[in-house]
Amino acid sequence: MPPPRSIQKARIHPLGDTALLAELGSRLDTALNTRAIGLAGALRKRRDVRQAIAGYSSVTVHFDPDQATHESLGAAIKRLAAKRPKMEIPGRLHRIPVEYDGPDLEDVASELGLSIEAVVAAHTHPIYRVFLVGFVPGWAYLGPLPEELELPRRHVPRTHVAAGSVAIAGRQTGIYPLPVPGGWHLIGRSSVKLFLPDSDPPCLFRAGDRVKFFASRKTS
Amino acid sequence: MLRVVEPGFQTTLQDLGRPAAIAAGVPPGGAMDRFAHRAANLIAGNSPQDATLECTMSGPSLVARESCLIAITGGDFEPCVNGAPMPMWTAAFLGPGDRLTFGPRRSGARAYIAVAGGFEGERWLGSRSTSLMAGRGGIHGRALARGDELALAAERSAPAVAGRHLPPTLRTAYSDQTLHAMPGPHLRRLDVESRRLLFSAPFTVSRDADRMGYRLEGPGLATSGEELLSFGLVAGALQVPRSGQPILLMADHQTAGGYPVAAVVISASMPIAAQLAPGDSVRFVQTTAAEANRRRLALSAALATLSAP
Repeated sequence: MPPPRSIQKARIHPLGDTALLAELGSRLDTALNTRAIGLAGALRKRRDVRQAIAGYSSVTVHFDPDQATHESLGAAIKRLAAKRPKMEIPGRLHRIPVEYDGPDLEDVASELGLSIEAVVAAHTHPIYRVFLVGFVPGWAYLGPLPEELELPRRHVPRTHVAAGSVAIAGRQTGIYPLPVPGGWHLIGRSSVKLFLPDSDPPCLFRAGDRVKFFASRKTS
Repeated sequence: MLRVVEPGFQTTLQDLGRPAAIAAGVPPGGAMDRFAHRAANLIAGNSPQDATLECTMSGPSLVARESCLIAITGGDFEPCVNGAPMPMWTAAFLGPGDRLTFGPRRSGARAYIAVAGGFEGERWLGSRSTSLMAGRGGIHGRALARGDELALAAERSAPAVAGRHLPPTLRTAYSDQTLHAMPGPHLRRLDVESRRLLFSAPFTVSRDADRMGYRLEGPGLATSGEELLSFGLVAGALQVPRSGQPILLMADHQTAGGYPVAAVVISASMPIAAQLAPGDSVRFVQTTAAEANRRRLALSAALATLSAP
């Protein structure tokens, strides 16, 4: 059960003259993320809103400055947030096969004081939430990662992480959809395509989806 | 319609981008200098949504196959038609066989070429903008290459008028490398001295500067506090990573991140930001939403002079 929460009002920060950040909280919390996704969906229906994107616990709102100000929209967002609009599209469950053979797997296990089998068991145990999709096309921030797997990011980020790498950092996990630089610990690989440029939407995961990893047998 | 003889350093097709795609983590893209892009289209009799060619640091060499009307705005790379200088921010006819070339860069970093009717290009997620990262949109998802044939998207709807122009007083002054910025949500994570430096010290655009963003060099900015939970980012956001060297996010920016956003460049200053090149000096001046709106409306009014019949 999540801990009880006091009803917290949304905090509104300008993000330049045509956007704002509405913060619902500052904790990595599935319930808070559900509220953010619901609020973003409700805001997208407003005529003065051009786009609303849920973060972990916030919503970034792009608005039409000819129709709204930070103050007018901010007040409307506070009222709307208090009503806790529901997530419109129910999250789907994705089962993702992973080959646990990442270049950091042994280091991760020894740093955590766990066996490799225990790391794999802990990583495949939860059903993770897709908190948000972003950073690069197809990337999804998944979590919360079990506490026993919590590690800070690598001191020196890699300049190149291969697409399909399954990684962990902090209370988060994710799969690199494209070859990009990255500072997370690479524990495995998945062949599932996350960035689907010829589909619309062009990514497999949506905010609010759930993801369960399972260890796939190695082809030897 | 227009044949590419030389592509220039990096010339891509751009329109107003794909803002709906940021929910999928896809950068919004679109023209870096929206004012120059819109002005070029309006001068050519197009809609602001039509696609233009964004020419980075140098211009292409194009030959017209049929007569057409073009307009060139943005950074000044000395455009010429058949070797004779062509005025910028002004509509001009090209006849069959006429050759458009560019000389050295005089000001800015990006020039925009519009053609009456708009350039045809592949649409991806609702936009003709080229995404180099995804390899989609525009001309086969890549920059122009020698031998490309550029087609018109449509017969022009508004009558194309040679000589239509935007007077110099209404154009963006690219020599003024001052960016007006509003305090960002995490400005308080900078210590007092860093906040003062952010809004007073000169910064230099590093070589690590492209359509995604510019790494800036200057005084180190000290931030404190725990890592932030990732949130949706916007173009113009000035991120301050632990290194203390800020990153200004541009049109192809990453859609989410967790670095503190110390300031956000206002929409009216983004055309100036779009015209910065590596090595340029830039300053940030703190401003308010009211002043940002005043500047935004001034740019809209300048463009409105081009929409009039």
